Amino acid sequence: MTKAEVSAYATRLGDDALILGQRLSEWCGHAPTIEVDLSLANLALDLIGQATHFLGVAGDSDQLAFHRDALDFSNCLLVEQPNGDFAQTIARQFLFSTFQELHLQALTSSKDERLAAIAAKAVKEVAYHRQLASDWVVRLGDGTEESKTRIEAALDWMWRFVDELFEMDELEMKLAKERVGVDKSTLRVEWDRRVDAVLAEGTLARPAPRRPVLGGRRGHHTEHLGHLLSQMQFLQRAYPGAVW
Amino acid sequence: MSARISWTAGVPAGASASTSTPLGDCNTCAGETPAVQDIRALLATIPDPEIPAISIVDLGIVRAVRDDCVIITPTYSGCPATHFIEQSIRNALDEAGFRHVRIETTLSPPWTSDWISDEGHEKLRAYGIAPPPRGAVSASLRNDTHAQCPRCGSMNTAEISRFGSTPCKALWRCNACAEPFDRFKCH
Repeated sequence: MTKAEVSAYATRLGDDALILGQRLSEWCGHAPTIEVDLSLANLALDLIGQATHFLGVAGDSDQLAFHRDALDFSNCLLVEQPNGDFAQTIARQFLFSTFQELHLQALTSSKDERLAAIAAKAVKEVAYHRQLASDWVVRLGDGTEESKTRIEAALDWMWRFVDELFEMDELEMKLAKERVGVDKSTLRVEWDRRVDAVLAEGTLARPAPRRPVLGGRRGHHTEHLGHLLSQMQFLQRAYPGAVW
Repeated sequence: MSARISWTAGVPAGASASTSTPLGDCNTCAGETPAVQDIRALLATIPDPEIPAISIVDLGIVRAVRDDCVIITPTYSGCPATHFIEQSIRNALDEAGFRHVRIETTLSPPWTSDWISDEGHEKLRAYGIAPPPRGAVSASLRNDTHAQCPRCGSMNTAEISRFGSTPCKALWRCNACAEPFDRFKCH
């Protein structure tokens, strides 16, 4: 492996966490209840902390977060999807946290001790995220007709971005072979099992398979990412190097 | 973020405390130089900025002390107090004449609420925060064990929200005395 390959991989991990953290922070002050507001803000905080560490492996984390354009971001498409209604936020979180927990757990045995250390710390936080999202999937699914309709629609929309989570390209195959990275395709069986169990508890059907939408790892993003970045990066773009 | 993150187990050669042992259990380590003992005593006076009732030593985030270096670890990846704590340590060391003592941050092994000292548990309770159950690593994340109300001592309590006012706390209420309270999360 080369330093550039590890940096590219760490950037993917960091970008996933950063973009989802930024998305969740958009709920701050707007969530349906104070408890949900605090919960989502806490998740955002954990994710932005994880992003800081992963991007720190790749370079200067602030520089990478605030001074790249959309084409240079390598996050998966799922995390950049808009918050939508509360059900869409929960569906996105449920699908991603279930994946992220498995991914980080596997990464704790990475031969790169920096990635292993960040993963070992982060996986404990993500276990709480997965639990929160799972509880809400059950509650919405097994709730009112309205909540069930909404979580069904949300899962149906988000489902098209699931395959990308497990996508392996040449870079990640190489790193997985060298036991620096993770062969994400091996996580799918357990992910399916965990997701199906929660859906069943929430009396929800698994969404019908969809043609997967791919491209985030190569910088091919939905239009939503640019809007997110315009808000997240505004201050550092307008006043480069500004500090508290 | 700090440029001084160290990625390995974090205790340089000659360090006086094992990384797997909470500092609180190591106050009587034999063979420590007077300087190390002085630094330890100094660190024990620095409060956690979010829960000032307990010190950073009680919280278990001070991982090792030697005569030229203090090693700390964050509680959570995104703990916003990390820089503030580092600055507090820096100020305390400087004021006490330990300008040459470095501060390093390590992520591994990851902090666990099991590292909160027994004294820390008592201070949390007195402050109104139910301490976390021991055995965080193996415990269920659901925190199924009931928290004891830190105000009236009742076990008749219920969780309101697993995420509270800081990343390390959950929000509970006591059904007996009707007061809400924080519970330090198992982590």
